[in-house]
Amino acid sequence: MELGLWQVWEGGWITAILRGAAITIALGVASMAFGIVIGVACGLIKWARLFPLTLIVDVYTSIVRGVPELLIIYLLFFSSVEFVARIAAAFGYEGLAGNGYAFTIAVVAIAAISGAYSTEVVRGALAAIPGGHIEAARALGIPGRRIFRRIIAPQMLRIAVPGMNNVWQTTIKDTALVSVVGLQELMRAAFVGAGSTRHPFIFYLIAAVVYLTITLVSQGGFDWIERLLRSRTRK
Amino acid sequence: MDFELVRLAVPTLAKGLWLTAVLTVASIAIGFNLGLALAVMRLSKNTALSGFAKGYSTVFRGTPLLVQLFLFYYGLGQLSFVRDNPILWWIVGDGAHCAVMALALNTAAYTSEILRGGLMSIPGGLVEAAQACGMSRLLCFRRITFPLAIRQALPAYGNELVLVVKGTSLASTITVLEITGHAKRLMSQTYAILEIFAIAGVLYLLINLALITLVRLLEARLTRYLPR
Repeated sequence: MELGLWQVWEGGWITAILRGAAITIALGVASMAFGIVIGVACGLIKWARLFPLTLIVDVYTSIVRGVPELLIIYLLFFSSVEFVARIAAAFGYEGLAGNGYAFTIAVVAIAAISGAYSTEVVRGALAAIPGGHIEAARALGIPGRRIFRRIIAPQMLRIAVPGMNNVWQTTIKDTALVSVVGLQELMRAAFVGAGSTRHPFIFYLIAAVVYLTITLVSQGGFDWIERLLRSRTRK
Repeated sequence: MDFELVRLAVPTLAKGLWLTAVLTVASIAIGFNLGLALAVMRLSKNTALSGFAKGYSTVFRGTPLLVQLFLFYYGLGQLSFVRDNPILWWIVGDGAHCAVMALALNTAAYTSEILRGGLMSIPGGLVEAAQACGMSRLLCFRRITFPLAIRQALPAYGNELVLVVKGTSLASTITVLEITGHAKRLMSQTYAILEIFAIAGVLYLLINLALITLVRLLEARLTRYLPR
């Protein structure tokens, strides 16, 4: 009785939480996709030491990995809010278009964070490719672009999978931080439910269980991919 | 950059710096010991102990720190037996105490995985040799296993320490005014978002730099037998 399980069922909060979970997963997948793009680009730059660019990448990864995620999210949200409001006002919209805007900025923020961590994973994977492979390809006269496509990229992908698993787990957990600026994802749904029913314990417990389910299921998926890649290398 | 703003922001954020440092040190001190206990439990032959340690680490590493923090602060605060117990209420009722508890329990899970890796890397022959010399299990752990495991695990543990520092920023969501809490307040008061972010960011980078330097020094000391 004290826990308020009945209120959760009665108030229709289960659908609200499931909708929040869907937004959390969409946010995580979108941020991870952009993060991988950033990570591959920056990782290649760091690996090849392209002079002026590698300095910029170094500054980016050290800031994002050294400053709390929450602070980065505040920076992006608060600095964009006024800007976007002015544009919206210029086009005749009063007030922001709510979730669409919040979702976009959330993807930008989380992708910037997961991109910095992906960069290190990609750089590490590239560094783990034996130099002899690339030299051998050069000796065979294979053109540079094809060396990347046929020799570097496939090995890099295979080596980077366990690291990318870690980045994904961190990314999906980081999406919870966006709730503090109001995006209606899983954590926010739990927060709203906890506030209006005054039963925070059960709501945060449900949120924890849903997050745990997401991370455990995706862990299983990554294990499957790793097994698949390993069985293919053995042949 | 506006000089007036810097004069306003720096002392305020420096006040937060102290609280961030206290939160970090307290949660690391508790979390390391818990993590060590969990790592030893995880490697024990008793399946109940190792199963508990495994489940603990799965749950705390599989859910966001923010959820854990809210579950402890708002969730436990709702239960009447927690409210009526003075010791539990001392922990849960205060934002800073609750943040330390959540951070310590969270970092303990990650620390246990790191230390487990270190403990497993120790060659069995060393432990057998220690037993052959007649060392008790406790003495063997203290003199042989633990120092070697720490040396192995130190670089990974350094990364975890940085994550704890970043984790303390979440305490600002439960009314604790550390660096991020002050920064958010200043951002909404002054609208100088980028400047405040820069000052707060530099403070965090300084803390992390200090911690990493400490870990590097300790690592150099532990590996001083290696040729340089």
